[in-house]
Amino acid sequence: MNFLGLCVVLASLSPSFALYFHIGETERKCFIEEIPADTTVVVNYKVEVYDPRSNGFMPSGSEIGMHVEVKDGDGKLILSRVYSHEGRISFTSQSPGEHVICLYSNTTKWIGGTQLRVHLDIQVGEHAIDYANVAQREKLTELQLRMRQLLDQVQQIAKEQNYQRFREEKFRDTSESTNRGVFWWSLSQLVILVTMGIWQMRHLKSFFEAKKLV
Amino acid sequence: MGLRTLESILLGLLFITHLAFGVELTFELLDNAKDCFYEDIKINTSVTVEYQVVTGGAYDVDVTIENPRNEIIYRNTKSQFDSHTFIADYSGVFAVCFSNEFSTFSHKLVYMDFQVGDEQPLQGLGEHVSVMTQMESSAELIHKSLNSINDHQTHHRLRETQGRKRAEDLNERVFWWSLLETITILVVTVGQVFVLKNFFSEKRPAQYSRL
Repeated sequence: MNFLGLCVVLASLSPSFALYFHIGETERKCFIEEIPADTTVVVNYKVEVYDPRSNGFMPSGSEIGMHVEVKDGDGKLILSRVYSHEGRISFTSQSPGEHVICLYSNTTKWIGGTQLRVHLDIQVGEHAIDYANVAQREKLTELQLRMRQLLDQVQQIAKEQNYQRFREEKFRDTSESTNRGVFWWSLSQLVILVTMGIWQMRHLKSFFEAKKLV
Repeated sequence: MGLRTLESILLGLLFITHLAFGVELTFELLDNAKDCFYEDIKINTSVTVEYQVVTGGAYDVDVTIENPRNEIIYRNTKSQFDSHTFIADYSGVFAVCFSNEFSTFSHKLVYMDFQVGDEQPLQGLGEHVSVMTQMESSAELIHKSLNSINDHQTHHRLRETQGRKRAEDLNERVFWWSLLETITILVVTVGQVFVLKNFFSEKRPAQYSRL
């Protein structure tokens, strides 16, 4: 049982990566997470550098670090730091909105550079919770743990629905503003057209009279 | 317990955590760009790729999925959204590519959901030792239903985002267009009068002096 416990800890300690993509050394890559307030986002990443000798990708070691930048919905910077070639970033949103997570290497080159392979995993809300860890820390039975998971899930859904309401309101405001704008603009355009027409007629009439053309 | 057993348990556990993975990403696809995502997938694993263009241009994108032998197993051109499930026919690196190469000026926002294998309800805990009690199995059932609620919610969220962005876009375009048209009307009406006046004033000494 002791062994098993150790294994659980080890397994939860070493994040396994699913997805990867390639970027140039000087490029930046951004991801957008539209999340409600008070939601935890966990970003795991690992960078490997292209190695021309083996034609493969090698762990980059210490020479290349990653700059991670997180901006909230209003464009306010909530996190900007340089991490090493492998990292785990976690932040909790204060306000709802589109959070932009950008990754770029801390290279000093301006152009060129080699290819980087970035392994990335982003988990949001209750997916970000490590239940193996929770079970260990709070000494929960499996059933209690399952209940905890259900509770977290329901809470996250409720948060999301609340946010949905907020966004729907914004959506309606935009539509109503468009509607109002179109109405007033067409009215004012009608007025402009009529006044301009009248002005043209009167102006030309007085002009022709002055020139004794009519 | 020998070292071998420990090793196999460890590997097994790592395998479990590795198997159960899904990642949802929303990223910006620049004009003329092609973005690929790769994943190492074991043979006979069920994989689901879901995507949707949230904003930009005509809301379309070219999508291809390649297997480890560089054969294209799925291709959809200029599509707005789709979901594709397949069973990995080889072990190796699969690539999902989103291409915006046909578009020269509009950059796009693309949502992608990449699910590999079945979702493990409690990650990192390993296999269940004994038979599940009724309580536990209903908890798992609720968990599964909540997951599908989550999926539907995501779907609606994206649709709503799409609609909202479109409305915002429309609002802005209507504003600029109406401003432009108002200016055009004013310039044209004033211009007309002056052109007409010029037309009569310039030729007056030569033509109309005889009248």
